[in-house]
Amino acid sequence: MAHFTKATSIKDWLNQRLAIEKVEKVMASEYWIPKNINFLWAMGMVLVITFVLLLVSGIFLLMYYQPNVDLAFDSVNYTIMREVDFGWLWRHVHGVAASVVFLIIYIHMFTAIYYGSYKKGREMIWISGMLLFVAFSAEAFSGYMLPWGQMSYWAGMVITNLFSGGSLHADGLVEWIRGDYVPAQAFLNRFFMLHVLLIPVAIMGLIGLHFGALRIPHVNNQDGEEIDFDEESKKYLAGDKAGSKVIRFANDFMSKDMLVVAIYLVFFFYLVFFHYDFAMDPVNFDPADGLKTPTHIYPEWYFLWSYEILRPFSTNIGLMAFAFAQVIFMALPFLDRSPNTVPASRRGLFKYWFWAMLIDMIILTAMGKVPPIEPFGTIGFYAALTFIGLWIALPIITMFEKKA
Amino acid sequence: MKNSSRRGFMGKAFGGVAGVGAIAALFAMKKSWDPLPSVKAAGFTTLDMSAYKENELVVEKWRGKPIFVLKQSKAMLESEDKNMSQLTGKTTAAIDKTRLIKIGDAHYMVTIGLCTHLGCIPGYDKDEKSFLCACHGGKYDDTGMVTKSPPPRGLDIPPFKIDGNTLVLGEEGPEYKKMKETGITL
Amino acid sequence: MKNKEPLILAVVVFFTLVTYYLVEPFAHSQMHKHVEGQDFVYNGTADIEEVEHRIAIAKEGKADTKALEAKLQKKKAFWSDVEKISKLKGDVVAGEGTFAMCQGCHMEGAANMGGVTPPSLAHSGALYDTKYLIALIKDPAMASNVDHKYADTSMHPMGSIMAMVSEPQDIANVVAFLKAKKSGEVTPKEAFVDSCGRCHANRYEQLTQSGFIPKTKADIKTGTDIAMLDFKKKVAQEQISLAGYLGKLPPDLSIIIRARSEHFLETFVENPQSQLAGTAMPRVGLTKDSYAKVLEYLEDSGDTKRHERESVGKNVMIYILIFAIFALLWKREIWRDLH
Repeated sequence: MAHFTKATSIKDWLNQRLAIEKVEKVMASEYWIPKNINFLWAMGMVLVITFVLLLVSGIFLLMYYQPNVDLAFDSVNYTIMREVDFGWLWRHVHGVAASVVFLIIYIHMFTAIYYGSYKKGREMIWISGMLLFVAFSAEAFSGYMLPWGQMSYWAGMVITNLFSGGSLHADGLVEWIRGDYVPAQAFLNRFFMLHVLLIPVAIMGLIGLHFGALRIPHVNNQDGEEIDFDEESKKYLAGDKAGSKVIRFANDFMSKDMLVVAIYLVFFFYLVFFHYDFAMDPVNFDPADGLKTPTHIYPEWYFLWSYEILRPFSTNIGLMAFAFAQVIFMALPFLDRSPNTVPASRRGLFKYWFWAMLIDMIILTAMGKVPPIEPFGTIGFYAALTFIGLWIALPIITMFEKKA
Repeated sequence: MKNSSRRGFMGKAFGGVAGVGAIAALFAMKKSWDPLPSVKAAGFTTLDMSAYKENELVVEKWRGKPIFVLKQSKAMLESEDKNMSQLTGKTTAAIDKTRLIKIGDAHYMVTIGLCTHLGCIPGYDKDEKSFLCACHGGKYDDTGMVTKSPPPRGLDIPPFKIDGNTLVLGEEGPEYKKMKETGITL
Repeated sequence: MKNKEPLILAVVVFFTLVTYYLVEPFAHSQMHKHVEGQDFVYNGTADIEEVEHRIAIAKEGKADTKALEAKLQKKKAFWSDVEKISKLKGDVVAGEGTFAMCQGCHMEGAANMGGVTPPSLAHSGALYDTKYLIALIKDPAMASNVDHKYADTSMHPMGSIMAMVSEPQDIANVVAFLKAKKSGEVTPKEAFVDSCGRCHANRYEQLTQSGFIPKTKADIKTGTDIAMLDFKKKVAQEQISLAGYLGKLPPDLSIIIRARSEHFLETFVENPQSQLAGTAMPRVGLTKDSYAKVLEYLEDSGDTKRHERESVGKNVMIYILIFAIFALLWKREIWRDLH
């Protein structure tokens, strides 16, 4: 039994039982962050804020949404959008946030790739981050089913069809996933369960892992410099704040975080109120009709690059390329054979690899949206080959990288 | 130190601005929790008073609750003058008539059909012209007044408004307001 | 150390905007070819251009164009006749007499005729374009651009009018009568019910093809509402009849305002064939103002909270800018001695 003394204050009482002072030091006031960072380092906080927006708006949608194939569409577009006070606001926030979160995820991911924040002890941050990407993708897909519009139904049909495995003809598996021969009540209900309970819980657990994985290696910096956090923090605490290479998480780093969040929210709310069609596609405002395929079916923008890797090839090859694309990012820390933890601009051929990958993914995204007519079909085909080629080239390029 | 106090002030000011936003968001959330317009609209029931027959209990529905409508016959009105309360032993005539709603020449008992004791629905005996609650034996007369315990008070009267020959339940007309003021109903 | 943030911001914004442009405006321009509207002028220009275009395609494919050429001539002659009739001075009094022939079918509580219930003409003078009305009486199928469905256009449900009112002066008279006596102020609801409501339901506004859903009462003892069941049966029968006539039941328009672009809706209503070639939907002949009223009704049903969204949005934008300013001031204070 630990030794407890008579408390001198409420803070002391809690401190004796929960060690709140130690927790506060480790997580906030003595969590040392490098000073040599830029606003891209705030994307993590932007993601947390966006996730909170999704949770809160989701709670109010959940109060009125009906996961029944006959009621779902109108529970959203009539009850929530017309009847519930501010229902339209939660719907718009939820839809826009669901789309914008992926923009921030991609910026966050590519920041990590550029500055080498997946190397030298930070591999678990990268892996837990990629798992978060997969979890958010599953959350987005399951959520999109819920309004039960035309796009919900046909996206559900197409994506679950992927699991038939091409020539494997695993139709039984597809039916098992759906709980029926086609996306119907069973399908809607189980994806509702996934969206509202299972995946959010998984996401929260993964966020905990992600933050935990970051704590020991500490946050990276713009030059990839290995900082002696003990020495620099001593300088700071001695009073030389300007000379120290580190700052406190709270309130130094947080105040800059909050500024970036505030500017982000200006654009976010502008989209929520005045420019939201990109996030709430018109096709999904037609109620689901299993007997009529929309003229144009396409995934949400953040899945387009992946979709375009599947599309240009024949069924089995397409499925293999698609599976490759889903997991290959996870292997980045191990495919990058160079030990240099410096920004891409100082990494020789990797610099070109980085920009080529970014531009290739944008081209894939664009081609995934347009109908597969010429010249788009051909451009998409070569962009998909480039994607695969870049990943095969990565170990080779980085193996011969000069030590920075 | 001047710096840290200004910093502390800015921090509090920023916190205050954030707080204003949080309160506005909480306000919107509170409103989202409110009953929907369709629910509130369904909270009004219109009764066509010309359809009722004397001494025939009709059970209507209002806000999910049963509503007793009992048109009073001449005999019922006359006998009410002789009613005695088992609780007090005194005549209840003065109170009885004030529990009734007068529309045109007719009088009606319009009450919520739930026993004021613990909420069971009392049954009406046409011959005895009284209500008996099977759950614990409580009794009411043909104006809804309590004649045998355990109910603590007479059958509650719902908010109503007289509109020509119809009664709108859910709206508070002047007659209902008077009943509330004089304590006839809660 | 050089501050790289402006450059980094520029790069991020650049790639974001490029991606947005490619995925939204560019991709949509590839998926939906732009269709020119006629600005609610009904003089056959679109119809004639349509046939000319088909002749050009047939010629490229070296197919026989005789039937199409005949059709082209027929359309040109038709619309030129309409033009001539529009120049006649219509006699309102004589028109009222002729109108009696219309009332047989177009009366309140009219019965379903050949698959569809004739619309009310109570506001037809205000809702529909003059030339369109002339064309409609002269040949309903040609005027509403569904003549491709009929080998003989007099087989159209309203086709009998072609024999009943055929004299140019008679047509001019009855149209003048409609414009003078069947106009008046039209509300958005009336505009929708009269011009669209006999084929298109709007469940969010409680509107069916058989009128607005009435308030009924359920039987207190069993909970069944026989009056509502009867009404639903009536609506179901009307819908079956419509689906039989048109090929499928026209979609409910509750949320169409968010399911299609404004440009699509405008060009589609003006000339359905221009956006969905082969569709059974007839051209309705709305004037520009009447279409604006119909659009308002569609916005009221599918985008009900738009005014609140705009006003709350404005306030939120002001707030969030103030929030950002305070965030900046706090950050500056904290970083004063950190730089």
